[in-house]
Formats: sequence, C-alpha cells, structure tokens
Amino acid sequence: MRHRSFMAGAVLTALLLLAAAVSWVWTPHSPYDMDLAAKLQPPSLQHWLGTDAFGRDVASLLLVGARSSILVGVIAVGIGLTVGTGLGLLAAARRGWVEELVMRLADFTFAFPALLLAIMLAAVFGAGLVNSIIAIGIFYIPTFARVTRASAQSIWSRDFILAAQACGKGRWRITWEHVLPNIASVLIVQATIQFALAILAEAALSYLGLGTQPPQPSWGRMLSEAQTLMFQAPLLAVWPGVAIALAVLGLNLLGDGLRDLLDPRLARRR
Amino acid sequence: MFAAMLRPKRPDDASRPQSPSDARTHTAVALPPDFMGLFLFKRLFTLIATLIGASVVVFLVLEILPGNAAQMLMGPDAAPEAVAALATQLGLDQPALQRYGQWVGGLLVGDLGTSYAYGSPVRDLVLERLALTVPLAVMAMLLTTVLALAAGLYAAARHNRWGDVGVMGLAQIGIAIPNFWFAILLILLFSVKLQWFSAGGFPGWTEDAGGGPLQALQALLLPALALAVVQAAILARITRSAVLDVLREDFVRTARAKGLSQRAALWGHVLRNAMIPVVTVMGLQFANLLAGTIVVENVFYLPGLGRLIFQSIANRDLIVVRNCVMLLAALVVVVNFVVDLLYAVIDPRVKASGL
Amino acid sequence: MTPLPLLDVSGLTIELATHRGPATAVRDVGFALARGETLGLIGESGCGKSLTALALMGLLPEGARVGGSIRFDGQELLGQSDAVLQRLRGNRIAMVFQEPMTALNPVHSIGRQVAEPLRLHRGLSARAARQEAIALLDRVGIPQAALRFDAHPHQFSGGQRQRITIAMALACGPDLLIADEPTTALDATVQQQILDLIAELVAERGMALVLISHDLGVIAQNVDRMLVMYGGSVVENGPTEAVFAHMAHPYTRGLLAARPQWGVARQPGQRLPTIPGTVPELADLPTGCPFAGRCAFTVADCHSALPLPVTVGRDHAARCIRIDTVAAAARGGSV
Repeated sequence: MRHRSFMAGAVLTALLLLAAAVSWVWTPHSPYDMDLAAKLQPPSLQHWLGTDAFGRDVASLLLVGARSSILVGVIAVGIGLTVGTGLGLLAAARRGWVEELVMRLADFTFAFPALLLAIMLAAVFGAGLVNSIIAIGIFYIPTFARVTRASAQSIWSRDFILAAQACGKGRWRITWEHVLPNIASVLIVQATIQFALAILAEAALSYLGLGTQPPQPSWGRMLSEAQTLMFQAPLLAVWPGVAIALAVLGLNLLGDGLRDLLDPRLARRR
Repeated sequence: MFAAMLRPKRPDDASRPQSPSDARTHTAVALPPDFMGLFLFKRLFTLIATLIGASVVVFLVLEILPGNAAQMLMGPDAAPEAVAALATQLGLDQPALQRYGQWVGGLLVGDLGTSYAYGSPVRDLVLERLALTVPLAVMAMLLTTVLALAAGLYAAARHNRWGDVGVMGLAQIGIAIPNFWFAILLILLFSVKLQWFSAGGFPGWTEDAGGGPLQALQALLLPALALAVVQAAILARITRSAVLDVLREDFVRTARAKGLSQRAALWGHVLRNAMIPVVTVMGLQFANLLAGTIVVENVFYLPGLGRLIFQSIANRDLIVVRNCVMLLAALVVVVNFVVDLLYAVIDPRVKASGL
Repeated sequence: MTPLPLLDVSGLTIELATHRGPATAVRDVGFALARGETLGLIGESGCGKSLTALALMGLLPEGARVGGSIRFDGQELLGQSDAVLQRLRGNRIAMVFQEPMTALNPVHSIGRQVAEPLRLHRGLSARAARQEAIALLDRVGIPQAALRFDAHPHQFSGGQRQRITIAMALACGPDLLIADEPTTALDATVQQQILDLIAELVAERGMALVLISHDLGVIAQNVDRMLVMYGGSVVENGPTEAVFAHMAHPYTRGLLAARPQWGVARQPGQRLPTIPGTVPELADLPTGCPFAGRCAFTVADCHSALPLPVTVGRDHAARCIRIDTVAAAARGGSV
C-alpha cells in the first residue's frame, strides 16, 4: 500500500521533470508562435491539445510552462530549506530566548496566508516570476523553521546527544553530525510537500497576473486567459488545470510515499 | 493558536507522581484550581501581541519598503515638486514611527483613511465588501466542515476497505486541484453547460437591482463550493486519521467493555476526542480560506474584500491595501483565538496545564 | 447434583492474524468457575492470559478466530451477535484493565463515566445514576465523591483512577469480574490497597473473580484456584495452595524456584535459579508441549502433541507426560 503511493508519485513527478527537460530541446511547435488564423482550434493531429486565442499550440505552452513551475518550486523550497532549517536548528540548539524569538517570529507570519504575503510583495516590488518566487520562499522560511525545530528538539532530548555532549562535543558539531542526519527524512518529506504548494501558489499568482509575465508561458496565466473564452473554447480551461493538478498530485504522493518509506515509525497506519 | 499545533503532547499523564495521600483514602484532597482565568489571559495576551506584530509587518512591507509612495503613485516621470507636494499632502514626510502611530490610532477608532483611487473613506468601502466576503467565508467553512467530517468519519469506519481507499483517493485529488481551477470547472459545468447558475457577479442582498437574499446566496454557492472542496479534502484526511488514532486508545476498549456498541462508543467517546486536532486544523485553515477568497472572488467577479485588495494593488492604492490586509490578518488572529478557546472547552486538560 | 458453574470454558482456542500468518495464541484452554469463586491466571507476558480474558468479553481484536466454548450461566457466548454480548458486558460480566492512566476518557467527567453503565443497562435517569455513581465512588474510596463527580481523569492519580474503573465495573452488580493485571502499573504501596479493595468487594457482593497477573505473590494471596499458563496453554490448574505446595508441572516448579526469597540461606556467589531459554514467539509455537526444549525433563514424545491433563490431586491437574518423574525428582531434593 505504501509503495504504491511512492511509485505513483515518483512516476508523476518524473513526468513533470521530463516535460520541463524535454521542453528545452523540443516542443511540438514554438510556444511563442502566434498564428491568428489558427486560433481556438480543438485538438487535432497538428495541434495535439488545440490552440489558444493567439493561435499558439497548447501542448507546447504546457511543456514550457512546466519550467516555471519547477523553477518556482526549486528556488522557493531552496530558500525556505536553507534559511528556515538554519533558523530552526539554531533555535533547537540554543534554546532560551533565541528559540523564543525565532518561534514568535515564525508565529507572526502565520497570521498571513502565503498568498497574501506574496500579493503584498508583488504590490510593492512589482509583478514577475522572480518576485513571486522570493515571496513564496520567504513564506517558507518559518514553515521549515518550525518543522526543523520541532524535530530537532526531539532529537536533542535523546540520550545519545547527552553522551556526545559528555564527550565534549560542541553544539554546532552535534547539530551537524547528529541532529541533521536524523531529521533529514522529515525535511525531505516537508520539502516535497512545500514544492507542491509552491506550484499551486505560483499558479494562483500567475492567474492573478502577478506571477510569470508574458510571453513566458505559465499554467496559471493560461487559465486566466482561458476563462474569458469559456463559452467558445471550454477545453482551453481544462488542460492547464490538469497539468497543475497532476504535478501537485505527483509531488504529494511522492511526499507521502517518502514519509512512509523513510521513517516507518512516524508513518501513520493507513 | 499555532502553539496548539506545537503543543508537545497533552500533559504527560504517566509522569505524574502518584500521591502518597492515596494511602489515606479518606483524607480530604483539594480540587486543583480551575485555570480558565489564567488560560484566557495568556491567550488574550498572545492575541494582542500577534496583532501588534502583524501590524508592524504590514506597515514595514507596505510603507517602508516601497520608499516613496507618492513617487510610486505619480510614476517615474512626474515632476519632483508635484511628487513632493503629494508627499506632504499624504503625510509621508513625517517620521515612520509617527505615521505608524497615526495609522494604528486610526485603526482603533475606525478611521481607515481615504482611498487614493476611489476618493471615498476606506471604511465604507471595506464594510460594503465585507457584506459579501464574510457570508462567503462562512458558507465555505460550513460546507468544508460538513463535507470533511462526513468523508473523514466514513473513511475511518471503512478503514482499509474500498470505501476508505476511495474517499482518501478523492481527497488526494482534492488537495492537488487549484481552487481557482475548480471554480472554473464549476462554471464550465453549471453555468456554461447546464446554465443553472450565472458565471459570475453578485446581485446584492437587497431587493433593488435584482438582488435579494436568495439570489445572493445562489451567487455565493459556487464560489463557496470551490473554496470548500480543497479545504475539505485536507480536513477529511485529518479527521480520518484523528478518528483512527482515538479508536486505538484504551478508553475506547473500556467503553466497549461497559457494553457500548461500536456506534455508541464512536459518537459518545471517540468524536469529542477526535475533534481536538480537527478543530485546531480548522482554525489554521481559516487563513487559507481567506487567501482563497482573494482568488475565487476574482474568478467569479464578486465585489468582495479579496477583489478589493487585488484591484487596489493594481491601482497602487496602498492605503486600501494596507488596511484590508490588516483586517484580514486580524480576522485570522481572532478566529484562531476563538479556536483556542474552543479547544479548552473540548479538552479539559488544556486549562489545567496552563498552556 | 452440583449447580451449573457460572462460567464454563472448554477447548478455547484463539488464532490471531499476524503479519507472519495465522498464529495460535491460545490452545485448548478449559476451566470452570462457580458463583463467588475466585480464580487466578498466572503466566509470563505473551502466554495468552489477556487474550483469554478478552475472549470472555468478546473483545478480541479484529481478525481473531475463536474455537471451543464459553458458557456463561448456561448461555453459549462464542458466536453470539454483538448485540447480545453488549447486554452482558458491563452488566453481568465486567472487566478492569491494566493501565488506569489511559483507561478513562479524558474529556468526560469521571462521574459521567461511572454512571454510563447504569444509564445504559438499567435505564436510570441522569439524577438517579448520579446518586448511585457517587455511592459507588465513595465505596471504592474516592474522597469527597459528591464533589469530585464532575472532576476529570487527569485530576486523579493512578491509584485513584484504578479505583474509578473498579467503580465503573461494579456499577451494575456483575456476576463475574475479570481483573487483567489491575495493579501492575501502580506503585507498590498502592498495589496492595487496590487488591484489598477488590477482595473486599468480591466477598461483599458474592461475585466470581478472574484475576490475571504475572506476580506470584498477588496470585498466592488473592485467589482460591489458579491456572498456570505458558505458550497459550494451561499447564497446571488447581487450588492455589495445592499448586504452590506440589508444583506438579516443571514450568510451575521453575517459576516458583526463580523467586528471590528472604531468609533462604544461599552461598555467596550462588546464582538465582532461572529457566534456561526464551519464550517462543506466537507464530512459532511448537506442536507439542510448549515448554518442551526449555524443560529439564524433555523427552522425544514431548514434541509430538500437547499433553493431556493428568490428575495429580483433588481438582488439580497438569499437562505433562512425565509427571511422575518430575515428582520423584522433587522428592529427591533436586529442582
């Protein structure tokens, strides 16, 4: 049962990565080619998923759009993981007021839904992929900080840490050598989940026009363009959503599967 | 609120020493004081502290960072004197701390300033929009709760059988679907194909201009559904695992040993305990719900608070953005406060531990 | 003609579904209990004593298969619908469990939990049930019972919580009380109080008692008859005094010899006798006598089939094909 989750997730995630990778080398048509004569075509042999309002090939748009999604996921999670985990480890190692401070700061950001923060930052700094990535990444810092601190704290309370301290090892060495390897599995799982959420967040921002800017293809923006044409070409509003859903589903399943595989003690009996 | 999520575990019962007064069974034992007062106070303190913190963050992001708001409003090509004049008019030349104080002071008395773009008091704008967003959020929350509890309980009862797998499979898909896409799909199905609902817009609560309570609710139904489905998927998973966890507890076996049927034990003993983590998550979800309204209101062209924020960003109307964001944050914080109180009501151990 | 025993168990066999396949956890257990009689079940962890108790209540885990017969007051319990069993549980057969800290629902008041069986089985109103519950709590030694009716479990110590569960079990005046290691999780000082309480209540109400424990001392002092279990079977069965005096089965002998005892002269450096080997895993239980291999008197035939009970005294039997050899060795002074 658990392995099924992991396998399905791995396959879907691999497809996502493959799509992005392939798009660098080949797409059925160029996603930037506009052909107004061929606009709003239904799926055909020439255009596998049809064309959009500007005559661009939907399939190609989807493939290239995968790049933005992955980029957002990687960088945002990267930011959150490095800074957030660092802060969390610091909080768990230092305890006392440092921990309180870090955790209170993390708590404050929870009053703001991620999207709201991203929108605010977009308002201030302008729209664009980079800004949305930064906004999402900044929001992930407290998430990773909390998860890291919680797991790290449970490791710190174990006896083998006490033994390491008795040997004279400093806090940083202990963190690096003992704490981090033990919480790695939790972080990996969290990273996968946050990756999925990042894709959703980027899609929402692009839908609102605050994310990836034209002409760079983006699944979210494709949906907003398709919405105005719902009566004429309903399918246009379906494909990008399916892409997003499959990508997120794949990552979620992967995360769930990894959680069961990497740390069976924590795995909930399903 | 989030402390509730991080609460290490419930007061560790097993580590409590057994009192030697047990040896003298008829000695008077004092009832431990009810810590409700202390609990309330601590929570209230956290509430206020978080609100203050949130306001600082909002102020920093929207006032300090952009630099000169007047410059932004007028654009890069405006004459410097015009920019300076506008800056003075908006009070931007005063020190930051003073501006912050003025803002917060205004918030407390209900003076939210005047919108750049609309020229009208922000408060009126906000109230008008809240009349849509609050019912929408409430509807969505209700739908979420009903769907999630039903699905979660059903899945837990059919644990490891096809009913469970099916429901959880649906939940997985539900989590992966962007809420605005689901909204579009709903419109495709119910407005375009079936023509049961309009594709957007809000007729208003009053009779004039084709409105009325029934029409208003009808207009809010699809949006609420779009919001609810994703949240319900998450909550259903939590419900199911919470119920399964509680079913494993010893006191459920005790209940069965007393002669209760599976069903009686479920409703009488399991549910209330399972609600503890569920209610916690519901509180956290409220923030996501509000964020979702921003997007969903755009999909359905609903003149709500979310749409106002979004349009104001486009209009560079930072006063409106600032106050609305603060309002949303305040709503989230207050809701979580209520959830914490609920938590104490459901679980009597919380008060005693003084957490 | 002897009256019908209150509880008549014969050929009880329980098979559990483990991840290594089906495992016979309890094999051919049989005993009878008259009204007001007390019976002790002793054995190591994993010998099947708790499972036997759960079988009496019909509360075995899902996937367990039960064979044999359990007759309570003439009525066969195995194979009964859950509805029928529910009417008996908490009403005529009651159980007290091992872990008092987790046996009570943390979000309900203790009074409500004690009153619950009264409302369920006797249909009492809330007020009447409250009165009776307070009386029960008082009887089991909870001070200021009326005041504490509305208190919650976390406000009580382990010993007190166990008293509350006992009150809960007694609420409807059951004919049979099953106590599964009721004192194992408690402090030593409290253990004796709880056992005394149970003994008092059993005598007072003329209940039959099945007391399960791994502690020889507990069994020796609290029950008329005892069953010694090992590897899922009852290896010896008889009046407590007789079993302690004769120790017919080698396992019983080993068990009693392994007790540290005050005042027994030992040479310095002399080790406490132990039973060599380890308890077999459930899924690996041998087909013959479960003790074969660890037993000093093992012969080839021991492995072929579960020995039939051999009478060694009045109402006293043991499953061993070499009873006489064992007895002879005992008389000869060796253990």
